[in-house]
Amino acid sequence: MGVRRLHPDQPHGFSFTPENLAWAKETIAKYPAGKEASAIIPLLWRAQEQLGGWLSEPALRHVADMLGVAYIRAYEVATFYTMFQLSPVGTKAHVQVCGTTPCMLRGAEGLIEVCKRRIAEHPHELSEDGQFSWEEVECLGACANAPMVQIWKDTYEDLTPEALEKILGAFARGATPKVGSQIGRKNSSPEGAQTTLSDPTLYDGSKRGAWRARFPELQEGGAAAGTKPVEEPKG
Amino acid sequence: MPKQLIIDGKEITVEDGITLLQACEQAGAEIPRFCYHERLSIAGNCRMCLVEVQGSPKPVASCAMGVNDLPPNRDNTPKVISTKSATVKKAREGVMEFLLINHPLDCPICDQGGECDLQDQAMAFGAGGSRFEENKRAVEDKYLGPLIKTSMNRCIHCTRCVRFMTEIAGVEELGAIGRGEDMEITTYLERGILSEMSANVNDLCPVGALTHRPWAHNARPWELRKTESVDVMDAVGSAIRIDVRGREVMRILPRNNDAVNEEWISDKTRHVADGLRTQRLDQPYVRKDGRLVSASWQEALALVAAKLKAASGDRIAAIAGPLAGAEEMFALKDLFHRLGSTNVDCREDGAKLDPAAGRASYIFNSTIEGIEHADAILLIGTNPRLEAAVLNTRIRKRWRQGGLAIGLIGEQVDLTYPYDYLGSGGQTLRDLADGKHAFAAKLQAAKAPLIIVGSAAIARTDGQAVLAAAARIAVAATQGKDPAWNAFNVLHAAASRVAALDLGFVPAKPASTGVDSFVAAAETGALDVLFLLGADDIDMSRLSKTFVVYQGSHGDAGAHRADVIFPAAAYAEKSATYVNTEGRAQMTAKAAFPPGDAREDWTIIRALSPLVGHTLPYDSINVLRAGMYKAAPALAAIDRVAPAEIKAVAALASVKGTVKDEPFRAAVKDFYLTNPIARASAVMAEMSALKKAAGKAAGLAAAE
Repeated sequence: MGVRRLHPDQPHGFSFTPENLAWAKETIAKYPAGKEASAIIPLLWRAQEQLGGWLSEPALRHVADMLGVAYIRAYEVATFYTMFQLSPVGTKAHVQVCGTTPCMLRGAEGLIEVCKRRIAEHPHELSEDGQFSWEEVECLGACANAPMVQIWKDTYEDLTPEALEKILGAFARGATPKVGSQIGRKNSSPEGAQTTLSDPTLYDGSKRGAWRARFPELQEGGAAAGTKPVEEPKG
Repeated sequence: MPKQLIIDGKEITVEDGITLLQACEQAGAEIPRFCYHERLSIAGNCRMCLVEVQGSPKPVASCAMGVNDLPPNRDNTPKVISTKSATVKKAREGVMEFLLINHPLDCPICDQGGECDLQDQAMAFGAGGSRFEENKRAVEDKYLGPLIKTSMNRCIHCTRCVRFMTEIAGVEELGAIGRGEDMEITTYLERGILSEMSANVNDLCPVGALTHRPWAHNARPWELRKTESVDVMDAVGSAIRIDVRGREVMRILPRNNDAVNEEWISDKTRHVADGLRTQRLDQPYVRKDGRLVSASWQEALALVAAKLKAASGDRIAAIAGPLAGAEEMFALKDLFHRLGSTNVDCREDGAKLDPAAGRASYIFNSTIEGIEHADAILLIGTNPRLEAAVLNTRIRKRWRQGGLAIGLIGEQVDLTYPYDYLGSGGQTLRDLADGKHAFAAKLQAAKAPLIIVGSAAIARTDGQAVLAAAARIAVAATQGKDPAWNAFNVLHAAASRVAALDLGFVPAKPASTGVDSFVAAAETGALDVLFLLGADDIDMSRLSKTFVVYQGSHGDAGAHRADVIFPAAAYAEKSATYVNTEGRAQMTAKAAFPPGDAREDWTIIRALSPLVGHTLPYDSINVLRAGMYKAAPALAAIDRVAPAEIKAVAALASVKGTVKDEPFRAAVKDFYLTNPIARASAVMAEMSALKKAAGKAAGLAAAE
């Protein structure tokens, strides 16, 4: 993260679409009177979504005016939170590469190399065709499946440079690549086959009552008090 | 519940709700700080004020820790706090080392050098060298207007400036963008700050990030001679310190005076300093063949004396301007009375104030400090933000505490706090005075209502009726409440006004005569001599048929019209008494010498007196003051405000008259150019232009 500034080339104006405006009014109404400023982050976020992933200066002013806060306050919020993009992003994909320790140890630098080669030399720079951009971000919380990237609202995990190339290729074609782990991992379970909790009896119901059975005194009526457990624990 | 603490081995009892830092100060310990400031909200981000608290594993930032929040000891013994232990010293040294990591080593070229908190505290807690071997961060300097010079590499992000602008000045323009190491202080897209109080951020800045642009690199603090004085740019009478090098006023800074300006001054008060050097009248002038030519004092005085002697008493007049001190007005009035004339007037704007109605009828009775006790304020025909910027921050301070109803009759402007806009003109005032308006109920319900009448509202032709209506509202609002609370207040714009009224610097027959009648007489040739004591705001084109004497410090409108010019000292160059709008007599001090042949005002009038055959009986300022105090005892109570007889307000309320419908106009149109000194200042001219341009830009944006 470096110094964040508004983009030098700004579009002329901004206004919410009718749907977004209705949504914005609803959001503002969630807060008590006089505390409308609390809605600044959701509104800025919605503005960013409407603008295709980045926040323009007119949009900042528009939101500030809607909430009755000074422009500098909206500017502070937009520059503080790095999820607000202050310069245009790729029309097809804005790749957010996680560069925090687990991802870095698992090869995030290779992913960044791909981005630099395929998209642009520097983060927040548009590719030549304007369809792609990338940036390095802090931990996105998918450390078990490192390394990973986030594109729009989806994450792509267990990446290799080749896999990322494929994903970017798919975005370029307008296809929708498979989200989540790229090596067939289920959620964040271990890579490959399951190595723990693998005993099928855990799941077929045959072990029901096995633990209780070890303690006769807990049996109905305590009739078998003092008798040995039916089954030895397995350690 | 008072709380027992042991601070550095000293057992003290502190009141509830204060912070640990305040408690430590009460115990006599000095706590270093950068971000903490008594008059601002607590940020707790510089960490310099760390102290050690018994039972706390880590040092505690004392500015942000309330004494109530200290967990009690199990045996209920007082908490032991150390501000001098080795741990504390080490912790503060650590903080200092971090602060200095990105701070440039440019003290030799920094204007803050010599009065820099960081420099001072680095002497106590700084290491000899730095262990930081990386690159220091570099920050672009920001444009914050013509008054504030920025050097953002030096910024330590205490956010005092942001908090001041947001909380005290009420102009949300400064902010901190970015985060962490990349945090920067700026305005939205680097527009200049448009506030009348903006330069105070330079005083607040504990480092050299924000310094004064107008006097940048002009002087070092240790080569300046410091004189404590009083400001005359408005009728608030802010406490100031005038810093002089040689003969030149280098800068004007605020002094603390809790009763008046706390520790803020307006930008005009501060940056008028360069106006004291330019456009000065430094020798007498006499008009010969239509042109002003320099003359000797003898020549100028003799010419004026001859004119005065030749004229009869009813054909001479004197008008005192906004910057005249009490001493010279007393001497001038004295001289005119001896010449058989009562044609003296201080109400340059035509204000319908009459000293005979009692002191309470023309001062700010509730006092500026009293604003903090008010729970309802009615502003009539005034824009306090421009007429008395410091007083306006007091109203804002009260508003921030909550539970304050503010109503305004007059021009609808941004006062930095919200208010009920009641109406623009006389109709609304009449309704209020008759108790028909909804806001009257709010004033009735208030424990301590406050009615503030602007000086422009009482300068109208129906000024007396406006004054009476305001008094009626005040009387009605205070009926049956605390008898000591006087709700009636006049907010003056001219520094000289209250003293002049105290001295009775008005014509003997106020109903028929005054500035207007003098000017009218001058126009028809019915006036032989018009003496202008620093009066520049009258229509000079109407004075062509009379002999005009101008005594003042600056070559402004009056001097251009004058037939004889007496060069006089400005407020920084004489010891003179000024009474602020509350009726608080204060004295300026002589910080520098007047330029050239200019003299202190009262001495000029004294020198003129024997030439007209009426030698004034005072040879020193002390003798003059003794006489003045006899004539106006209120002036003797230096730095104090004696409550004025409240009966005067009731008497004023019974004055008959109808307020006209026309809308009220504010007394000050251009905040930066209200008097001859400000008009001579290049800095004020620049600010005025900036404000106009901003207003135009805003108009364009609105039209878009």
